[in-house]
Amino acid sequence: MNQVPTDKIWEWLDAVPDPEIPVISVVDLGIVRDVCWDGGTLKVSVTPTYSGCPATSVISMDIETALRDHGIKDLRIETSISPAWTTDWLSEKGRARLEEYGIAPPQPAGGPERCPHCGSKAVEKVSQFGSTPCKAHWRCTDCLEPFDYFKCI
Amino acid sequence: MTQDEAFLQFLLRMGDNTLILGHRVSEWCGHAPVLEEDIALANTALDLIGQTQMWLGLAGEVDGGQSADDLAFLRDAWDFRNVLMVEVPNEDFGRTMMRQFLFDAWHSIMLGRLIKSSDERVAAIAAKASKEVAYHLERSSDTVVGLGDGTAESHDRMQAALDYLWPYVGEMFASDEIDAEMAKAGIAPNPADLRAEFDALVQRVLADATLTIPESEFAHKGGRNGKMHTEHLGHLLTQMQWLQRAYPGASW
Repeated sequence: MNQVPTDKIWEWLDAVPDPEIPVISVVDLGIVRDVCWDGGTLKVSVTPTYSGCPATSVISMDIETALRDHGIKDLRIETSISPAWTTDWLSEKGRARLEEYGIAPPQPAGGPERCPHCGSKAVEKVSQFGSTPCKAHWRCTDCLEPFDYFKCI
Repeated sequence: MTQDEAFLQFLLRMGDNTLILGHRVSEWCGHAPVLEEDIALANTALDLIGQTQMWLGLAGEVDGGQSADDLAFLRDAWDFRNVLMVEVPNEDFGRTMMRQFLFDAWHSIMLGRLIKSSDERVAAIAAKASKEVAYHLERSSDTVVGLGDGTAESHDRMQAALDYLWPYVGEMFASDEIDAEMAKAGIAPNPADLRAEFDALVQRVLADATLTIPESEFAHKGGRNGKMHTEHLGHLLTQMQWLQRAYPGASW
């Protein structure tokens, strides 16, 4: 098989959903750091979001399955921890989809800009930790709904 | 002691602290007083276990190709190099959170220094871990203040927790020939040099929490050099290592 151009590979990877938040892709999440050919081997470099995130090994498996389905036989997935993952690497598309899904996207100010359900700015923190390591638990004091906030790190 | 031997001991100290505390904190899973606290404790434990994989993974590499799992599940109590504070039982929620705060305060300062380590692998792990630990410290500080400056009952429990745990603080800042070797190589700071920053942070938070720091400077020691762990560590390992001991080589 001829070497598939890497921009095509990126396109394929952009169709691999995050296992915990299926509305965004692993590319949107910013955890695919590099895709390159090393001789006949395709190297994909992935960085974990949080060091103990249980989704990390599932993500590597999903990436491998997707690429094999596209006919890539010789591939190597490498974990890179430096530079450490930051929410600055979330794509604009990913941020918009998170909000549509009901998860407030990360903000440099350290808290959600508005309630992802009703848009109110009257929000308060319930806990620094939410349903997954990457999220915190907030609530809206107008519509009274709780919601997840994607922590800024 | 060669620099490589000292480096291995340093990595075991970092990884065993996060492993044993991570295991202790995970014991709360399903038992915490409210759901939010249960989730927060489980997430903290998860971060600590994740950091353990990085520290012990590197230790295994340095030590001739063992895996992080080998080091976590196949060593016996005397091989562990964690400070004694992380192995004491959780007791009530107050003591758990006080221990978390005292450890987080040390941990955040230590990792902040390690980001500048001359060893780029150590610097990379520290950069990753310190982002997570910033959240741990924020939460444990808030909780210590909330409970210390809370009701008479919560105040008394937090003061009792501080009185119980304070004698375990000194060991985090004890320095020996391993630390001297690491400091000389620019790999890690001398722990004693972190004490002033730790004291400033802890005094500020505990004052907000209306708690009184005990005057005694007595410090229990023996964990980070493996000379004398508490009896609690062996009991903890019987739980944590049970599966690998009963079914060697078992995997998912």
